[in-house]
Amino acid sequence: MNLSNASASLNAILPLVVVILWACALLLVDLFITKERKGLTALLAAIGMLASLIITLARLDLEAVVFNGMVTVDGFSNFLTVLFLGSGIVAVALSYDYLKRMGLEKGEYYVLLLFTVSGMMLMAVASDLIVVFLALELLSIPLYVLAGIATPRLDSEESSLKYFLLGSFSTGIVVYGIALVFGATGTTSLAGIVDAITAGSAGMGLLVAGAAMLLIGLGFKVALVPFHMWTPDVYQGAPSSVTAFMAIGAKAAGFAAILRIFIQAFPALSVDLTPVLWVLAALTMILGNVVAIAQRNIKRLLAYSSIANAGYILLALVPYGQSDVAADSVASALFYLLAYAFTSFTAWSVVIALEQVEGKGLELEDYAGLSRRYPILALTMTVAMLSFTGVPPTLGFLGKFYVFRTLLEGGFPGLAVIGVVTSLISAYYYLRVVVYMYMREGEPQAIRDPWLYIAATASAICLVVLGIFSQPLFAWASQAMLH
Amino acid sequence: MVPVEYYLGLSIVLFSLGALGVLIRRNAIIIFMSVELMLNSANLTFVAFANQYQLISGQIFVFFVMAVAAAEVAVGLALIVAIFQTKQSIDVDQINLLKG
Amino acid sequence: MQTEQWLYIGVFLVLAPLLPAAAILIPRLIAPRKPNKIKQDTYECGMETVGETWIQFRVQYYIFALVFLIFDVELVFLYPWAVAFDVLPMFAVLEGVLFVAILIAGLVYAWRKGALEWR
Repeated sequence: MNLSNASASLNAILPLVVVILWACALLLVDLFITKERKGLTALLAAIGMLASLIITLARLDLEAVVFNGMVTVDGFSNFLTVLFLGSGIVAVALSYDYLKRMGLEKGEYYVLLLFTVSGMMLMAVASDLIVVFLALELLSIPLYVLAGIATPRLDSEESSLKYFLLGSFSTGIVVYGIALVFGATGTTSLAGIVDAITAGSAGMGLLVAGAAMLLIGLGFKVALVPFHMWTPDVYQGAPSSVTAFMAIGAKAAGFAAILRIFIQAFPALSVDLTPVLWVLAALTMILGNVVAIAQRNIKRLLAYSSIANAGYILLALVPYGQSDVAADSVASALFYLLAYAFTSFTAWSVVIALEQVEGKGLELEDYAGLSRRYPILALTMTVAMLSFTGVPPTLGFLGKFYVFRTLLEGGFPGLAVIGVVTSLISAYYYLRVVVYMYMREGEPQAIRDPWLYIAATASAICLVVLGIFSQPLFAWASQAMLH
Repeated sequence: MVPVEYYLGLSIVLFSLGALGVLIRRNAIIIFMSVELMLNSANLTFVAFANQYQLISGQIFVFFVMAVAAAEVAVGLALIVAIFQTKQSIDVDQINLLKG
Repeated sequence: MQTEQWLYIGVFLVLAPLLPAAAILIPRLIAPRKPNKIKQDTYECGMETVGETWIQFRVQYYIFALVFLIFDVELVFLYPWAVAFDVLPMFAVLEGVLFVAILIAGLVYAWRKGALEWR
């Protein structure tokens, strides 16, 4: 690799380079920002991500394979990069006032956020298992710390330790899976794996074992049943602003890896893997939605909802082995991720607005009567809940619609029925929140932070407006094919 | 030369020990050491296959795993120290404020 | 050929425990035994031991250890880089420099945060 080659490579991943360098610089700059002015760090972090977002948007049609095939920039990665940067910026908006209220104003928070976002962006472009591993760690390790940033509060520390122990356990499984794939094919590059399979030189037994371990390890990250048990505890214990970001970014990044690896490298294994994916998706949807009914704490409710949503995203992947459906698989999964991101941010920003003191204002009863005192917040939350349920004309409805359509194209009507039935079950607990807000009497307390309200209302409006005019968005997701 | 199956067998044994350790042991530090055992069994697999195929890339991967594992260790130990200072215990059964 | 190599290892496995065992057992059989308080005491570099053996170390030790750990292990990349320095292309050299620069940024952070001061 010579210098001109290298500069071309760096140019291709310029948005990523900007975020990483910005994070390193901000780490040092923050040392000289006094505690009273941490808002400046937040602003700088948002500016860094905005700059990167502008670069990405300015060259959305960029396609390149660089760094000796380790990194692939294509429609898929560009779509996800926009999603990650967008959620990073929204996360800063949600965090600023929240951290001030909770007395957690630490500049490291924003730096770690930037590092996590850069890990996610690296995940989107990774086309070599080594890079996938590095990206996974780059996004996970700062998240472990973020979950525990409210130290010395015990529940935050506990959630961090739990997340860390299970996260590193899953990393161990992923690494071993990569080692087995390397043993089976003699390469870690996704393209190389495909070549080895086509040439017939791959040891299929080892390869299936490696792919299964990759699925388990990444299944932990995106919280598929039965690898989900950490999710409710971690989501509940971590500071709400971190949980919001974790629920969206980490899940999307995990699915980025799963989609890229399985659709690009392992279509040949679909005979073995499709039944496994079928069962995993069904279990995840059923358990996530049924257990959510019993939850009274809104953070735990949303945690189980995020588990259930992982199941719906996985639905898109079930028919991945059929080459004529694979493109729709990617498109519907990406679209669902986008819809999920908007819906989650709407819901979480309302949760953050109601959380006056750490850990208080999180029970369902605290939402009683919200419509009277805070009509805007109540309306926003209602939109989010309808979108989670999948009621038209919200984005959530279209997300589910496209996923189910992909499933029918692939010939899995049984699984689609399970998906629809579990969606109906989910209506019970989502709409219960709405019932509490509109029909019960109560004295809810919420804060009035302009940034939070802007984030909440803007994403709620997006949910409806983009839901009505979703065609260009879905067309964009459809272009994000993997080659 | 020792056949690669032997290395693979050893690494599977190490990996299973590590995974069992994570699932059975209750001390956070020991769980953590078990995770390291899993990572190192993967490293062994990498080196064994790299040797078999005469490929340098497998050995490079081991470097990455080691370096990243060090970062993970630093974060993990810092978390454990922090939680010990608050709670005077690192038994994960006593870490039960949040009910799963 | 291969079995022969394994044979050597087998012989070693048998012989290796014998030597320390002999070194422990023979003095026990023939040495005179006159214990007194000083002999029974814990050996700590010839100094008298002070206080309990099981004490809690200061947190500062751990912070030092963690900082050391990171910089120690990251050296794994610098070693091959230094060995192959004369044949590396310019890009790889710059990459190494960038890597060191990032490590230095981390060190500056640790230093400014007071992790390197003994309190």
